[in-house]
Amino acid sequence: MDTQPTKIAGRTQNQRGLPMSGSNPVKSLAAVASGARVANKFTPGSGLEANGVHAWFGKHHALADINLEFPANTVTALIGPSGCGKSTFLRTLNRMHEFIPGAAMAGEVLLDGRDIYEPGSDVTKIRLKIGMVFQKPNPFPSMTIGENVLSGLKLAQLKIENKDEILEECLTRAGLWKEVKDRLGAQGGSLSGGQQQRLCIARALAVSPEVLLMDEPCSALDPGSTLRIEETIRELADSIIVVIVTHNMQQAARVSDYTGFFLSDGGPGQLIEVATTNEIFSTPRDKRTEDYVTGRFG
Amino acid sequence: MTTTQTSYNGVVPKAREITTQPRFSDKVFRFVVTSGGFTSLIILSLIAIFLLQQGFPVLKDMGFGFITGFEWNPGDVDNGVPVQFGIGAMLIGTLLVSVIGLIIALPIAVGTALFLTYYAPDWIKKPLTITVDLMAAIPSVIYGLWGFFILMPHAVYWAKLLHNYLGFLPFFKMPADVFERSPFIAGIVVGIMIIPIITAISREVFSQVPLDRIQAAYALGATKWTMIRSVVLPFGSSGVAGGAMLGLGRAMGETIAIYLVLNIYFAPNFQVLFSAGGNVASLIVSKFGEAGEYELRGLMAAGLVLFIVTLLVNFLSNAIVKRTSRTGK
Amino acid sequence: MATIDYSSVKPQKPWRLDSKQLAINGAVFLLAVLLTPLFLNLTPLNGKLGASFIFVVLATIGNTVLSIVRQGFKTISTSIAASLIYLATALVLLPLASVLFTVASKGFTAVKLNTFTQDMRITNPDAPFTEGGALHAILGTFEIVLIATIICVPLGVLTALYLTEIKGRFENLVRFLVQAMSGVPSIVAGLFIYTVLIVTLGVNYSGIAGAFALSILMLPTVARTSEEVLKLIPNDLREAGVALGATQWRTVAMVVVPAAKSGILTAVILGVSRVAGETAPLLLTILGNTTNNLNPFSGPIAALPLYTFSLMKTGLDVAISRAWGGALILLTLVLILFITARLLSGKKR
Repeated sequence: MDTQPTKIAGRTQNQRGLPMSGSNPVKSLAAVASGARVANKFTPGSGLEANGVHAWFGKHHALADINLEFPANTVTALIGPSGCGKSTFLRTLNRMHEFIPGAAMAGEVLLDGRDIYEPGSDVTKIRLKIGMVFQKPNPFPSMTIGENVLSGLKLAQLKIENKDEILEECLTRAGLWKEVKDRLGAQGGSLSGGQQQRLCIARALAVSPEVLLMDEPCSALDPGSTLRIEETIRELADSIIVVIVTHNMQQAARVSDYTGFFLSDGGPGQLIEVATTNEIFSTPRDKRTEDYVTGRFG
Repeated sequence: MTTTQTSYNGVVPKAREITTQPRFSDKVFRFVVTSGGFTSLIILSLIAIFLLQQGFPVLKDMGFGFITGFEWNPGDVDNGVPVQFGIGAMLIGTLLVSVIGLIIALPIAVGTALFLTYYAPDWIKKPLTITVDLMAAIPSVIYGLWGFFILMPHAVYWAKLLHNYLGFLPFFKMPADVFERSPFIAGIVVGIMIIPIITAISREVFSQVPLDRIQAAYALGATKWTMIRSVVLPFGSSGVAGGAMLGLGRAMGETIAIYLVLNIYFAPNFQVLFSAGGNVASLIVSKFGEAGEYELRGLMAAGLVLFIVTLLVNFLSNAIVKRTSRTGK
Repeated sequence: MATIDYSSVKPQKPWRLDSKQLAINGAVFLLAVLLTPLFLNLTPLNGKLGASFIFVVLATIGNTVLSIVRQGFKTISTSIAASLIYLATALVLLPLASVLFTVASKGFTAVKLNTFTQDMRITNPDAPFTEGGALHAILGTFEIVLIATIICVPLGVLTALYLTEIKGRFENLVRFLVQAMSGVPSIVAGLFIYTVLIVTLGVNYSGIAGAFALSILMLPTVARTSEEVLKLIPNDLREAGVALGATQWRTVAMVVVPAAKSGILTAVILGVSRVAGETAPLLLTILGNTTNNLNPFSGPIAALPLYTFSLMKTGLDVAISRAWGGALILLTLVLILFITARLLSGKKR
């Protein structure tokens, strides 16, 4: 079967506004080939797409020509050695890259067909739709657990209706409700590392994002918490798009439907290969991918 | 075959005590440096001791009335006018002027610190910081000169406006139409003088907010101000409070600028737009030239009180700032 | 795989305001400027300050309306907050600019060549500027500050050394005391020296008394800054010295302190700039003078801040102008010290 969805330089023409998932051959491949869970929430017109994305830090060209699609209800893992731009790419997806002094970019990132970098777009609204969970859990210490979950709504100055419903829903989706439902008034910092990270996930979910970006969310956690969060990620993909950067290849294999391999050969980071997770790990097409996933370098 | 390496048979020996006998030259060195280090202790104690010793007779005679009494009269023993030394009005005045100064300085200083940390473009940060620090280097006599000749006419105009439009508020009332050299004007001058130090401390504190918390707020869709309100200000509140206390202490000890800009009057005056007020330091300056021996002792006692009060305020500010760094909130 | 040429791809910053938005911002700004006189007439405010106030209000309103149009009502608090923060910064710069400008313009007319070469011994307070001068004050300040420096540098450096090299049991106490000492009001320092030297020991008003009073104020600055500087010296240097068999005092004297030389110099200059402008402690200890006094150990002496202060108290217009002249000289001196300290501390980084 040659209908490989690999996207390197030069993208295939993509029609905007049409449901991508329906016409995307990858989707059905994924359902068959990797035996991954079948998406049960189909949202037409939704999806995240990066076209020709470059990133600079001042004069340093950090990322070159990244073309990636993130279909609805999928988990995509981004793997690759340190320093090849995976986190940088993640941050171009929710417009956090521009906070670094001297940052510049090129290309476009389309959410539901609209470029998030369009001049005049409301960046805070974009960040509500594309959420992020960071490597080190960072709940707000001056707020209680309940306040932490709702903090996203407060920060974006959105109206909070059905406070209790939101709390229960988000904490349940993050897999934390049972553990904290009786102590929502406790301080945010009083939880263990794994719990704090799940609190951050709940916090990100409270603003109803369409996409959740996760930057090595488990690297600071113990294996037990890691497994629980991976469960959470798989459940989350039923309703939103998840993009996860990870150093841990086994984690990528466990959690994701698609995997993208990034590499930098001294120059800007590039996307070498992207395919279903099964293919990347068992039958990679590029030799460099094969070398990386078999551990010849890392 | 046993392969375990318990060469000490599982018995852990006791740690040896390691002692160093410093050479004689080092002993001398340590002594010299330690004595030097204790100069501050010696000086501070001497200040307290000498002022107390000199001022004690007056304190004994006036008793608690020294602090609470409002009148300052060297008296005229021959004509039966009793001696009355009370710095109560001056203490109230010191506090009033300093608080006005703080009310003016705090928002401006915190706003400037926020500007420097989060709003200013990179090329402006360093020059602006140096400029604000420059304000702290200007001698107080120059602030006094400027305050009297340049600021006062403007301040009198604003005071008149305040009185006309907000005169129903008790502290904006006027017993007579004299607006010059009021606590309001002195408060503005002293406020300007303490802005640099509060700004410097606030800036320090704001720059230490952990980056990941700021990023978390932005990633949740915060705007710059909502981020500042929910992350930076809670984090920096104790540090800023400590800085404000430090500024208050500085304001309370300010002498020359207030002497030139405030009219000393020996009764507490809360009508800040009116030309009457006091400040312990200016009291000392104004009475020093012609004071007889007994009055001089009274001034020493006043100095002692001022010394203790500013010491307490500084101690408090230190404690507040230390609390921030410990909880690291 | 050959390296792909990406030079045709241009880096962009789409998050910045584009030219159209910038033009609209500029137009709103201009509108605020033009509307200011109109509103000015409606209110009782007048003059340049009143105009500035009106302009700030109008600009804030304009800015807020723009944000509401662009991003909705929820940004009201954000744009008002931003305007207030910009305003705060302007409010800081305004008095500073006014002070510098006033001292420069008023003092310039009063400073002539004779200001630097003559004193006021034979000049009436109401004489014009071409007679008399501030030489006595300049010399006096120089003498007093020099003595204060001689006192404070060893004591301050020793205090700093105690905190960084010896770190005895009283380290926290000493650090706290240095901090407390920096809060001593200047008048109290003067009062204390007056009590000790002039009253108890019967020493006359003199430069040395003033120097002691200034030392109390200068010591904390020198000690604290020296401590910062000494803390920056990496421990490797100390370890190298000790590993070579040197005693502690040799290591400190020959390795650590020389390495911190420029930093200690900065500390001294900062201390000097702190006390050069102090008036209150000198009022009580040096009495002031109209003639040159080259002997700081006896007799009243003049100093620049005191000179300025006494002239101002006379109330005579000419004397007040002369006071501005003294202020200009003093301010220039302090600014030079301040800038020198900054340059020194910037260079060693």
